Amino acid sequence: MNDTSLVSVQHLSRYYGNLTAVADVNFDLVQGEVLGFLGPNGAGKSTTMQIITGNLAPSVGHIRICGIDLLEHPKLAKAEIGYLPEQPPLYRDLSVDEYLRFCAQLNRISPDKIVTAVTQTKQRCGLEAVGKRLINNLSKGYQQRVGIAQAIIHSPSIVVLDEPTVGLDPIQIREIRSLIRELGKERGVILSTHILPEVQMTCDRVQIISNGRLVFSDYIANLNQQMDSTCLYLGLQRPPADDQLLAIEGVTEVEKLDDGRLRIHHACGDNPASRLAEQAVTQGWGLYELTPEFKTLEHIFVDITSSEEIDQMVGAK
Amino acid sequence: MMVLTLAQRELRTLFVSPMAWTIMAVTQLILAFIFLALVEGYIVNQPQLMMLENVPGVTERIIAPLYGATAWIFMMVVPLLTMRIISEERRNHSLTLLLSAPVSMTEIIIGKFSGIMLFLLLMTSLLSLMPLSLLLAGNLDVGHFLSILIALLLLIASFSALGLYLSTLTDQPTVAAIGTYGALLLLWIIDIGSNSVDNIEASGLLSYLSMLRHFDALARGIFSSVDVVYFILFICVFLVLSIRRLDTDRLQH
Repeated sequence: MNDTSLVSVQHLSRYYGNLTAVADVNFDLVQGEVLGFLGPNGAGKSTTMQIITGNLAPSVGHIRICGIDLLEHPKLAKAEIGYLPEQPPLYRDLSVDEYLRFCAQLNRISPDKIVTAVTQTKQRCGLEAVGKRLINNLSKGYQQRVGIAQAIIHSPSIVVLDEPTVGLDPIQIREIRSLIRELGKERGVILSTHILPEVQMTCDRVQIISNGRLVFSDYIANLNQQMDSTCLYLGLQRPPADDQLLAIEGVTEVEKLDDGRLRIHHACGDNPASRLAEQAVTQGWGLYELTPEFKTLEHIFVDITSSEEIDQMVGAK
Repeated sequence: MMVLTLAQRELRTLFVSPMAWTIMAVTQLILAFIFLALVEGYIVNQPQLMMLENVPGVTERIIAPLYGATAWIFMMVVPLLTMRIISEERRNHSLTLLLSAPVSMTEIIIGKFSGIMLFLLLMTSLLSLMPLSLLLAGNLDVGHFLSILIALLLLIASFSALGLYLSTLTDQPTVAAIGTYGALLLLWIIDIGSNSVDNIEASGLLSYLSMLRHFDALARGIFSSVDVVYFILFICVFLVLSIRRLDTDRLQH
């Protein structure tokens, strides 16, 4: 465990009867970091978040929030967390101002600072114009923003957001993402999503959770290096025999795709694209496509989660 | 402090919906009608009453029956008020807000209970203006009147505690309301068969459990600590059960 970690989760497990929702999850979150939780539906993302925020008790394991044990001192620990659940916890019969004032009181902000806290939070979340309106009459996007405002009003060290951009339009999504990045500068942010580009855009670190287990954890910066491709797509009208292609310097493997294109594997840092093009022209293969394969987080995600499922199936047999 | 915040919030929810206003208006109207009928009856029968050896006073003839009727009406009104306290928050997913905030379960339950009690106190004080208006025309037995008032307050606090507990059990307000009605009615009439039961111990237990018996004793002006303790125990038990229930929400599923 790290002394500077804001959240430290150790051997966390949660069972619902016979069903294992989360199994032996360990991770840390440090200040100034945005941690993305990625996983298919029902993988245990929300359960993990509910446990970290004290809404659900773990079956096994320890959670420390800023060094405070969540189970032993829930009040102290909860004061350091702001949480936006999947469904924003709103009182629809209140106006935005009244609601945020109540949230400020609930988080024990001293009475003389409540007005400032409410004003600042509204400003950060772009809610100045709707302060007097009833939450019930706001659009989904604005309601989501009120939900985020509620999570950050007491300036918590840790902000936990469960699928914060669901149901928003593209412009709102961009705004929310930049807000998350901004929050991530001074605090720790945990974010769950199943939108892959969102993780690449907003997070510093990504953890993939599948069937309740952490199956992958790495920094986005490292991932970007890995994502440098080692494959090319080659489209030829008159493809030659594989031997001829393999003879070209740098080509290590040729794979035929269903749509008639070829997938050319090559060594890292030795791209044979120009040599392939030369050969194609001189030999008259009828070149119509030559593109590098763009490997995204999606590939990693699909690779890991589907191989997990196969493992599970094999294990079950 | 936190309890006060939560109580305020509860009161506000009541008053932003038309329900609180409707309940207050309807209750006031019905009880005003009963009050007038009682006053009328008293005036008509006064000559005959005067001939009795022990002349019954205004407090006995008007206020006691009026508060008896009030108790009945509150039995119907309180479940409607308490049914949504926790179950609706569960349904709207807003309970998460309270559970993630640095607030203990005890504060949540006591806060919500106080909110409902403040509303019921307001209702009771409005209703009590009617009997108090009799002071303009004559004298009241103040001791007896206070005893009746305390009995009523203890009674509605017990109703609320039970209703609150049933509201923590479900996420459907109607189920909570029906459950509360059933439990309250049963507790009200539980001693109905106690006279015909031969076993003295069993009949004693049944009549001890009966709310009506304890309320009647206090309402007659007999201020016995047994009755007061019964109500206080009742309230505490259901508040503690509610806190426990909210706490186990985190554990099981």
